[in-house]
Amino acid sequence: MKLRPGQKLHSAVCDAQVVVVKAPAGEVELGCGGAPLLDDGQEADGAATLDESLGEGPLLGKRYADEEVGLELLCTRAGKGALTVDGRPLLIKGAKPLPSSD
Amino acid sequence: MNLLLLLDMVAAGRGDEVVVQSGDHRLTAAELLAAAWAGAEAAAGTSALAYVGTNGLALPIGLFAAAAAGVPFVPLNYRLTEDQLHDLLAPLGDTLVVADGEDQAAALAARGHRVLGAGEFVAAARGAGPAAGDVPAEGEAPAVLLYTSGTTAAPKAAVLRHRHLTSYVIGTVEFGGAGPDEAVLVSVPPYHVAGLANLLSNLYLGRRIVYLAQFDAPAWVESVRRESITNAMVVPTMLARICDVLDEDGEGLPSLRALSYGGARTPATVLQRVMALLPDVDLTNAYGLTETSSTIAVLGPEDHRAARDGDPDASARLSSAGQVLPTVEVEVRDPLGDAQPAGEPGEIWVRGEQVSGEYAGRDASLDDDGWFPTRDRGWVDAEGYLFIEGRSDDTIIRGGENIAPAEIEEVLLQHPAIAQVAVVGLPDDEWGQRIAAVVVLRPDTVLDADEVRDFARTSLRGSKTPDVVTFADALPFTETGKLLRRVVQADLAAAT
Repeated sequence: MKLRPGQKLHSAVCDAQVVVVKAPAGEVELGCGGAPLLDDGQEADGAATLDESLGEGPLLGKRYADEEVGLELLCTRAGKGALTVDGRPLLIKGAKPLPSSD
Repeated sequence: MNLLLLLDMVAAGRGDEVVVQSGDHRLTAAELLAAAWAGAEAAAGTSALAYVGTNGLALPIGLFAAAAAGVPFVPLNYRLTEDQLHDLLAPLGDTLVVADGEDQAAALAARGHRVLGAGEFVAAARGAGPAAGDVPAEGEAPAVLLYTSGTTAAPKAAVLRHRHLTSYVIGTVEFGGAGPDEAVLVSVPPYHVAGLANLLSNLYLGRRIVYLAQFDAPAWVESVRRESITNAMVVPTMLARICDVLDEDGEGLPSLRALSYGGARTPATVLQRVMALLPDVDLTNAYGLTETSSTIAVLGPEDHRAARDGDPDASARLSSAGQVLPTVEVEVRDPLGDAQPAGEPGEIWVRGEQVSGEYAGRDASLDDDGWFPTRDRGWVDAEGYLFIEGRSDDTIIRGGENIAPAEIEEVLLQHPAIAQVAVVGLPDDEWGQRIAAVVVLRPDTVLDADEVRDFARTSLRGSKTPDVVTFADALPFTETGKLLRRVVQADLAAAT
């Protein structure tokens, strides 16, 4: 799938929803719980099932990234299915806390 | 990414928690989201949603209603005259104007604008049912049109797109990162970028936002104590007045943990008072511009504490804007556009996803590589601390020498009789420009022009000593404490 910043995607196997923060230059395969993430408006056909062996699902408000392809997603709804890109698990992006300026 | 999505996430995560409070009125995240959709119906079919009013529930509802309606939000200074407001509104097209002053609302309606009273707008939005609508995610559309303070030129509208503001929020604060008891007092005006940044960052962090309609030092101090406020952001003029109140009642601010300040240069004397009066409070100096979606550099609590404890490097850095955010790049360039090494002054250029540099109806000011000229002059030290000298346009060029007015002002403010001072350049046949200082004295003090010049000469070179010294009862400032130099300059030029 070719991604663009601001694109909304949702899981076919759980409640997870994400938004693309940084899009890779080329095409990538995005998965959640072992099934491809669906574009906004696309409905799950019910055939896919959650693969729990892939790890933990995304947490609300956390960012998930893959440096190899230059991808960053923001989780806007938590879910049970682990996020993957081209079969690799996406890593949670740790933010160094900054002094509160607001 | 879209601003409404930030609110949607907060509503999904902790929808029942109070997120905004104004007087006795409170909104939970779910209520704010529902009100935004209802408010969007009122703005449907318009080209913008303008807000003319003080801090209150109409501000967050208006901002998110505009996002839900897909139109820009335009907060305007409620102190402007009807003619000025009309001139700013006219180019926006068919705009819904939400105004909280009754006379102002009536006057704008009489000029043909579509106007809703803020009370009416809030009541209608709050009375609506639960949120319904597909939350947009795209970030390309303009989210906010914000008039810059215009201290050196006529104000122009900066265009902040959804992606600029959401990049700032996502890049600088952690979703839900605030503790359960944290509350922030917001008193900066809604038409200032800090007012918007305060709203967005604190909402995302999960801090209860308590609005003060307008800043007033006793009311601010009272609100901090009554609402157990833990965090606040103020501009330097507010800081000085807060110190006056605390000095007088001696009761401190026990609940306050962190105080950030910015928006204009903070005199060292004010900062020293704050550090003495609030020794346990984490202080942060924030530097940013309207065009950069607020903060791009911060001087944090550790830097402040090191300075207080006497570290000479840290003391020198107390007058800096701190270090640039990890998500922003900075470059100091000479007039030919070449990057300057550490320590060398020049114009400050910045680049990053939160940097807009775009103005309504004009060409973008970014260069081909995405760098934005801030028109601020300054330098970066060897450790990456950014020092701001002032606006490039304010720089006085006397006999070929570049002189930052702020340097002379800092020196003069150390004089016990001087309350305020403005240094500007005036045209001069011999030197190109000569230096003029307009001084406001403290009550019951006496000082003449020669004494002012002598005092300046003790710390500055002769070429930086004011050629002309005049006295005034007051200086013109913007609401956020920025000196209106072009007004000072025009007044002086007219008088001589």
